[in-house]
Amino acid sequence: MDAEAAQMIGAGLAAIGAGIAAGGVGNVFSSFLQGALRNPAAADSQQGRLFIGFAAVELLGLLAFVIAMILIFVA
Amino acid sequence: MAGESGKIDPMYQFKIEPLAQLDLAGYDVSFTNSSLFMVLVLGALWVFMAGGMKREMVPGRWQMAVEGVTGFINNMLTANVGPEGKKYVPLVFSLFMFILMANFMGMMPFGIVPGVHPFTITSHLTVTAVLALFSFGTVLVVGFWRHGLHFFSLFVPQGTPLALMWLIPVIELFSFMIRPFSLALRLFVAMTAGHILMKVLAGFVINGLNAEAAWVPMIVSFPAFVLMIGITLLELLVCAIQAYVFALLTSLYINDAVNLH
Repeated sequence: MDAEAAQMIGAGLAAIGAGIAAGGVGNVFSSFLQGALRNPAAADSQQGRLFIGFAAVELLGLLAFVIAMILIFVA
Repeated sequence: MAGESGKIDPMYQFKIEPLAQLDLAGYDVSFTNSSLFMVLVLGALWVFMAGGMKREMVPGRWQMAVEGVTGFINNMLTANVGPEGKKYVPLVFSLFMFILMANFMGMMPFGIVPGVHPFTITSHLTVTAVLALFSFGTVLVVGFWRHGLHFFSLFVPQGTPLALMWLIPVIELFSFMIRPFSLALRLFVAMTAGHILMKVLAGFVINGLNAEAAWVPMIVSFPAFVLMIGITLLELLVCAIQAYVFALLTSLYINDAVNLH
C-alpha cells in the first residue's frame, strides 16, 4: 500500500472517533434530561456541569477531526 | 475559490492575506485580514458596551441586554468561585465577549459583497492559544500570588493514600499542564470543522447548479441547500456554546487557583 492511500484510510478511520464522540455527546444530554425530568427543581443548578461534561466529550471527538485533517493536509 | 477543475477548496477561507505591508526590524507585522476582523470585533464590542453603559435608573432594552450578559458572567463566577469571584468578572467577561463576537463575525454573510469574505479569527490556533494563555497565566499568577509554594498542593488531592503518592501527583500535573492546550484546541477545531463543513456543502450546491445534467440541481443542490440552512443554525449554536464553555472552564480553573481544593 502506498503512503497516500494509507493516509486516506487513516483519515477515514478517524471519522469513527467522531461518530463515537457523537454518541457520547448524546449520552451526556440524555442522562441530563433523564435526571432533570425526575427532579426538575434541581435541573437548573446542574447546567454548568452539563456543559463541562459536554466540553470534555466533545474535545475527544474534535481530536479525531484534527487527526483526520493532519493526515490529509499536513502529513 | 474555484480551482481549475471546478473543485471548491474548503481551506481557502482560512488563508491570511496581508492588506497593508508592514515590516518591523525584519519581522513581517503586516495588517492582515485577521487583524482587520479583530478590529471589527473590537468595534462591535465597543458599540455594544457604549450603548448599554448609560447607568439609567430605568434601563432601556439595550442596557438590559448588556446587563444580562454581565449578570450572566457574574452569576457564573459567583457560582463557581464564590464571593471572591467578582474580581475576575472583567477578565472572563472580556474573554467571553471577544470569543462570542469573533465567532459570530465569522458567520456574517459578508460574502454577498463581491471580493469580500468573512474571516473567523478564532479558527486559527495562534489566536486561540493566546486566549488560552491569558486564562492559564491568570491561574498561575493568582495561584502563586495567593498561596505561594502551597499552590503545589493542588496536585495532591485531599485524602490521597500514601501508597498512591507516586502516581496521583503525576496525573494531576499532567491534567493541569494540558489545560491550555485543551482550551485552545477545542475552540480552534470547533470553528474550523464547522466552517469546512459549511464550505463543503456550499461546494455541493454550486457544483450541482453548474452540472450539465438537468436532474442534478433538484437531487443534489436543493437538499444540500436545505441541509446547509440547518447546519448554519447549528453553527450559530456552536459559536455561543464554545464561548460559554471557554468562559466556564476559565472560571473553574480560577476556582482552583483561588480556593485550591
